[in-house]
Amino acid sequence: MELKRDPRAPMIPERDRDKRPALECVGLGIDFGGLTAVDDFNITIAPTEICGLIGPNGAGKTTIFNLLTKVYRPTRGSIYLDGKDTKSMNTTQANRAGLARTFQNIRLFKELSVLDNVLVGLHNEMDYRVAGALFRLPGYWRAERIAKGRAKELLSIFGMEGMAYHKAGSLPYGSQRRLEIVRALATNPAVLLLDEPAAGMNPAETDDLMHNIKKIQETFQIAIVLIEHDMQLVMGICEGVAVLNYGRLIAKGTPAEIQSNPKVIEAYLGTGGGGDDAAS
Amino acid sequence: MKQRFTIPMPARYGINIGLLVLFLIVGNLIVGGNLLPRAHSNNVIQVGFFIILAVSLNLSTGYLGQLPLGHAGFMAVGAYAGAIFWRSGLLPSEASLVVGLLLAGVVAAIFGVLIGIPALRLKGDYLAIITLGFGEIIRVLINNLPAITGGAQGLLGIPRYSTFLVVYICVILTCGAIHMLMKSRHGRAILSIRENEIAAESCGIKTTYYKVLAFAASAFFAGVAGALFAGNLGILVPGDFDFMASINILMIVVLGGMGSMAGSVIAAAILTSLPVVMQPLAQYRMIIYALLLILVMIFKPSGLLGTYDFSLSRVIERLVRRITAGRIKEKGAK
Ligand SMILES: Nc1ncnc2c1ncn2[C@@H]1O[C@H](COP(=O)(O)OP(=O)(O)OP(=O)(O)O)[C@@H](O)[C@H]1O
Ligand SMILES: [Mg+2]
Repeated sequence: MELKRDPRAPMIPERDRDKRPALECVGLGIDFGGLTAVDDFNITIAPTEICGLIGPNGAGKTTIFNLLTKVYRPTRGSIYLDGKDTKSMNTTQANRAGLARTFQNIRLFKELSVLDNVLVGLHNEMDYRVAGALFRLPGYWRAERIAKGRAKELLSIFGMEGMAYHKAGSLPYGSQRRLEIVRALATNPAVLLLDEPAAGMNPAETDDLMHNIKKIQETFQIAIVLIEHDMQLVMGICEGVAVLNYGRLIAKGTPAEIQSNPKVIEAYLGTGGGGDDAAS
Repeated sequence: MKQRFTIPMPARYGINIGLLVLFLIVGNLIVGGNLLPRAHSNNVIQVGFFIILAVSLNLSTGYLGQLPLGHAGFMAVGAYAGAIFWRSGLLPSEASLVVGLLLAGVVAAIFGVLIGIPALRLKGDYLAIITLGFGEIIRVLINNLPAITGGAQGLLGIPRYSTFLVVYICVILTCGAIHMLMKSRHGRAILSIRENEIAAESCGIKTTYYKVLAFAASAFFAGVAGALFAGNLGILVPGDFDFMASINILMIVVLGGMGSMAGSVIAAAILTSLPVVMQPLAQYRMIIYALLLILVMIFKPSGLLGTYDFSLSRVIERLVRRITAGRIKEKGAK
């Protein structure tokens, strides 16, 4: 018995015990032709927990994010957001139902300004219609003013207000990753999915990022799922960690349990690491 | 910290509107008062509807990032809708003019929606192929419905409504509407689709809705331009709207810079005037176009202005900043 906890509710933090899970996957799986990229993936994410998703290259971590956000259609299994089945949703609807994400291969709106990137995230927070824009009705001015203020507030989490009018594509790599987090946050999610947020950051930046992720979880009281290869970061802020290998969960538990789990150690030492991803 | 000089919002609108009114009055005096040779004054009017065609196509190519190849098809639909309505004489002339233009736009937009919904839902280059087919089908239909469209003989006796004033009011309304749209949450949604569709969806943007919206708006203005075209010539023949017409409009947009409205306006003015100004070279028109296109692709692949958009207020602000900066320096020197 490696799993020390109840597999249905393995790592719910004490404060979230009685709450409905923000996100739940049951028997989730997807095949690409003959390749089973993810199989029998079960997880329960509590409304305010920070959960790590780790595993060697090609384990299927990004694929799980793509399944959750409906970029891919699952071959098997179900995904529940706040108790609701997301079967019939597309990517847009999944976002509006409370899922926001960042991408391993950064996908910013490069030619737009930093501010406009965040304002796209705030799109559904604004309510004026096309006519409101064409005739510059009062609703337009009000919504735009509020959204702009909100966007700058969100940018200030990472101290990026000063870059508001820079082109997103011209930012340094680390700032681009941070901007993706801000843009995702702008959509007012219940669950924030971060795909390797620290990739390409130096140790000081990573440390900063770690505190900011913690701060985001505390201020917004949302769930965060984190794919990361930087173990310092994962062990530093995650309350629960799930380990994936060849598309299957091989362990779930607290960071301490995971670190001493022989299966995990074997998965990391036993594989030479895969190539780069296709669709991240 | 020193406050940077910026012109407040209402004043910006004021300056722009004032200049546009001035442009309309002066232009109307010159063109309407026959101060130019007839060929030239008519060219000025033609520049007008080519501007509308280019900025409307720019909406779906430059801003939305799609590649429709049948813009002339929407122009044709609008041209015939407007012309047939005008010829019917159902309304007194001023009302007829306005209703005919709106009708032209609406009919074209309906076609835009009908084609856009299936074509834009598919990823890839389907839109190019489907719109290409659409443009040709429309032309064949017009040719084969002589009872309604006059067929290959042409539709004659269309009221000549397209005066300088009418065309340029339409130009200003078109550019204004597209500008207002693009500087709003809806415009940002359209741009985000061009930039990265998956990311746009992940931000909760209804991508299909906005693709169809942008495409239909683009068709709407092409329809209006078509009606203006009809009201300028007084005659319509199906050959006016062939594939080359679509390519001509696309070329204006590419030369001006995809995603730059100012670029579309300038390129439309240059390319539409070239054949008139260089009358002796008129037969080499296509060669000159091709050369221009090649040169631009080599030296400035993003087009004349790239995605830069001109803002008069920004220019004034910069001037004022430079002047005041100069003054501060002088003071410092003393
Ligand atoms: N669209 C696709 N078509 C075919 N195979 C795919 C597709 N997307 C992912 N895969 C495969 O699924 C497996 C899991 O890939 P995934 O990108 O999820 O790995 P990962 O855990 O995110 O790895 P990394 O740490 O390198 O980012 C890989 O073998 C990959 O080649
Ligand atoms: Mg990955």
